[in-house]
This record gives sequence, structure tokens and C-alpha cells, in this order.
Amino acid sequence: MTSKINTYRRNTPVFIRLFTLILLFGFGSLKAQHENRDTVLAGGPVHAAKEKEIDIAQIAFEHILDTHSWHFWGEGHEAVAIPLPVILKTDNGLVFFMSSEFHHDIHGTVVVEKNGRKFVNYEDIIYYASESPNEEGHYINSEKNEKGEVTVLNPAPLDFSITKNVAQLMLSSIALFLIFTSMARAYKKNGITTPPKGTQAFLEPLVVFVRDDLAKENIGPNGYKFVPYLLTVFFLILINNVFGLVPISANLTGNIGFTLVLAVFTFVLTTINGKKTYWSHIFTPHAPKAIWPILIPLEIIGTITKPFALMIRLFANMTAGHLIVISLIGLIFIFKSVYIAPVSIAFALFIDILEVLVAFLQAYIFVMLTSIFIGSAMEEPHEEDAHHHEGEKVAEAH
Amino acid sequence: MQHLFILASLIEPGIGLIFWTTLVFLLLLFLLGKYAWKPILEAIKTREESIQNALSTADKALKDMRELKSNNEKILIEARAERDNLLKDARETKDSIVAEAKHKAQAEADRIMATAREQIANEKNAAIGELKKQVAVLSIEIAEKILKAELSSDEKQKALVSNLMKDVNLN
Repeated sequence: MTSKINTYRRNTPVFIRLFTLILLFGFGSLKAQHENRDTVLAGGPVHAAKEKEIDIAQIAFEHILDTHSWHFWGEGHEAVAIPLPVILKTDNGLVFFMSSEFHHDIHGTVVVEKNGRKFVNYEDIIYYASESPNEEGHYINSEKNEKGEVTVLNPAPLDFSITKNVAQLMLSSIALFLIFTSMARAYKKNGITTPPKGTQAFLEPLVVFVRDDLAKENIGPNGYKFVPYLLTVFFLILINNVFGLVPISANLTGNIGFTLVLAVFTFVLTTINGKKTYWSHIFTPHAPKAIWPILIPLEIIGTITKPFALMIRLFANMTAGHLIVISLIGLIFIFKSVYIAPVSIAFALFIDILEVLVAFLQAYIFVMLTSIFIGSAMEEPHEEDAHHHEGEKVAEAH
Repeated sequence: MQHLFILASLIEPGIGLIFWTTLVFLLLLFLLGKYAWKPILEAIKTREESIQNALSTADKALKDMRELKSNNEKILIEARAERDNLLKDARETKDSIVAEAKHKAQAEADRIMATAREQIANEKNAAIGELKKQVAVLSIEIAEKILKAELSSDEKQKALVSNLMKDVNLN
């Protein structure tokens, strides 16, 4: 069921809709719009029906989701894209092939046969192909429930492909490695007495900032051993936030899988570094014993919600920013008017500049909260108001 | 519906990306930690320490200089006090010498005066004695001359005897 619906044209502020949608994960609003699929704006003469409808929502999501090839421009067979390796863990073992074998198809029409198994790409998820195509020519077996929600029934292999996000992760990691080893070489070459120059001069304050104002400030004198971790997280998020602003790039930091891994690392570090005070706060709270059965599970959930919030914050901030920009550009196509372009571009430019700020801010917030969580876990038993203090810091960060 | 499908995959973390992120991140953490953060942080720390050292050395030099300056001032003050003392001592010595000299001179003068007085007294006494002797001699000469004149004739001698006889009252 891939009808090109211009679901959003009915209601005006598209980006507000998308924004709310992402932040609240409100699936319901989409369904309501689906009912009204009249081509309102294309309500001209007969040829309007022949015009290829552009589904902005589809394009927007394609831009923020992970894909199996690095797409630059063009549609269908004219698309210009870099094929990326597909790695699948199937019941017949690992399967490798290039994403170009799908010929840019994401509707499950092109079947690739490897190791005796057949695969199709449906919405950039790789499934085992059905034996025969359905009525729309897709080798996908899907089922629609009474609400109109589609569930793909085909089994899927475990997908370890080098997707666009993974490719960008690797490229950005290589870039980080080259940048910082060259910075390290600069110290060796110029010695410590010459003031830093160029990249070194730009990055050194950031490194010192992470070391002093995040690690030392929030974790204390023991924080130095976390500095390499915090620096790696900070610069990995920062570089991918900035890369993500480039139109053809991947939305890695706006992918929940990426933020999940970083949040899990924070959780693991917090847990293994938890000192007596931290655990006593959880298992012997300062409260009457009668309410311990309620409080202790809450405290345990609290240890998980902190990194969970980290995961959602970075993901939602980056994704929302990208959606706003693409939606503003999409307005031109929704209204089918070139006169919208200046407005769209002006707003998109504004949001893009804001996104540069957000790129730095989110990297900073992620690392700052990570250091606060580690710091609060490593806290030595002293003043009673330390807990409140930590709470305030967290509140400020939001 | 299709959008719903996409939305679901938006908040559904993919196993592939989780795997690769974990792998790449740990690798990056290790490589950066070893080849970038360690030398960079060490260099920054060394530089901060050297700056700190330079600053504290400069501070110390300044303090030393100040101390030296204050020492110099102290020495100057001491020297001044010493000079004053010396001058005072000299003045005192001079005064005492002058006073002593005066005293000695006075004593000498007194002695000389006393001697002179004594000598004068002696001379005077001698002069008086001589005078007395001269007077006696003169008296005797006068008496002799008078006697000679008185006893130059018999009448006169008789007159005298009579006179004397007159005076001698024989009772």
C-alpha cells in the first residue's frame, strides 16, 4: 500500500505537525489525515491527475532514517548513490552483497538471491522475499489491521549492513582520529612552549573545557580518568551533529540506535563506578521503611531513566531539527509555488543556523549529563544536600 | 500507513547500527585514548605546569627582590642609625675631652695661683723682715747720732743725767 498521499497539505503548519509528531510519537494524527486524501491544491484541470505527487512525509523520513545506500540525488533508476555493503546474518550463515543489487528499490519489488536465500528491500528493511509477489508486485506479505496499520509478515534476517549511518560513523571516526593525532603531533613538533596554532588552537580550549569544566567540575579530582571517554563521546557527537547538517549526510546522532549505545555506555560507567553513597541512596533511601517497597523500585528505575533521557534527548533534538529543515523546504513542493521558496529558504537558513548551535549544545549536554551521572555515582558520603544540588544541575541542563 | 511503518522504525533501534556503533566507538575510544588524548592531555598538563612554574618562579623572584629591597632599606636605616650613634659618641667624647681639659686647666691655674700667692707672701715676709732690720739699723744709727750729739759736752751730759734722774723717781 504505497499510494502517494499528500497527507499534510490539508493543514497548514506542516513542520509543527511533524515536530509534535516526533516529540510525542503521536501516531494517531497521521491516520486521521489519511482519510482525507483529496488533491486539494492540485485541483486544477484534468492533467493534474497525471502530475506526479510528491510525498513530503515520505521524503522527510527517508532523509532522517537509515538507508542501505548513500543516496545523493535523483529518483528510482536515475538515482545517484554510492552502494554500500549489505551484511546479513541468515539461518544459512553470513551473506554479503552490495546494496546496488536492489537497484534503488525499497518497495520489495527487486529480489536478490544469495546463498540460496532471497531478499527484498522494503522501506530500507531487508526481509526474506515471499515466494510470489502480491497484487502490487511486491514480494512482501503484509497484513492490514482494522486501523489501517500495516504489518510485514515476512521474517527478516539480522541486518549488520554497513548502512549510510554506519558508513558515516566510520568516516567520522577516521576523521576524528586524523584530526586528533595531528593535534597530538603538533604538540610533539612545536613543543609545549609555543602557543597552539590552527586546529590545535581551536580544539585545545574544547579539550580543556571538557577536562576542567565537565570532568573535574562534575566528577571531582577522580574525574581525570574519565576525560578520554568524555572527550571521545563529545567529539564523536559533535562531529556527527555537524556532519548531519550537510544535506547529503546521514542523520547518525538522530538515530536512536546510536544514542542508545552511548547512553548504555554512560549507564555502565555510572553503575560500575557507583560508590557506597550511590547504592545506599537506592537501596536504603532516607525514608520510613514502610514506603521502601515503593521507593526502591522507583530509585532503580531512576538509574535507567537518566541514560534513557540522554538517549531520547539527543535523538529527538537532532531528528526534530532535520525534520524542520526538510519540512520547510518541502513547503515549496506542497504549495507547488516558487513564491514560497524565499520564505522556506529564509526559515530553513534560520533553523540551520540554530542547528549549528544545537549541534554544539547537544554534544555539550550529553557529555555534561554523563559526567554529572558518573559524578553523583562516585560521590563520597558528605553533606546531605548533595542530592538536591545534583538535581538542580540536571534541571538546568534541560 | 506507510508513514506509520516508517515511524516505527524511527524509534526502533536497529541491531546493525547498535553493533557497529559499539564496535567503532570502543575502537575509537582505544585508538584516540592511546594516540591522541594521552599525548594531548599530557602536553597540555606539562604546559600548564611549566606556566605555573614560570609564574611561581617570577612570583618568587619578585618576592625575593622585594625582600632584598626591604633588606637594603633596613641596612640603610641601620647604617644611618650607626652613623648617628657614631656622631653622638664623637660629640660626647669631644665634650668630655673639652670638659676634662677645662677642668685640668682650671686645676693648674689654681695651683699656679696658689704657688704665686705663697711666693708673694714669702717675699712680703722677707721684705718686711729686711725692712725691720733696716729700720733697726737706722734706729741704732739715729740713736747713736743723737747720743753722740747729746753727749758731745759735759753740760749736756749732766743735763741728761739730771733729766733722767728726774724721771727716775726713787721711791
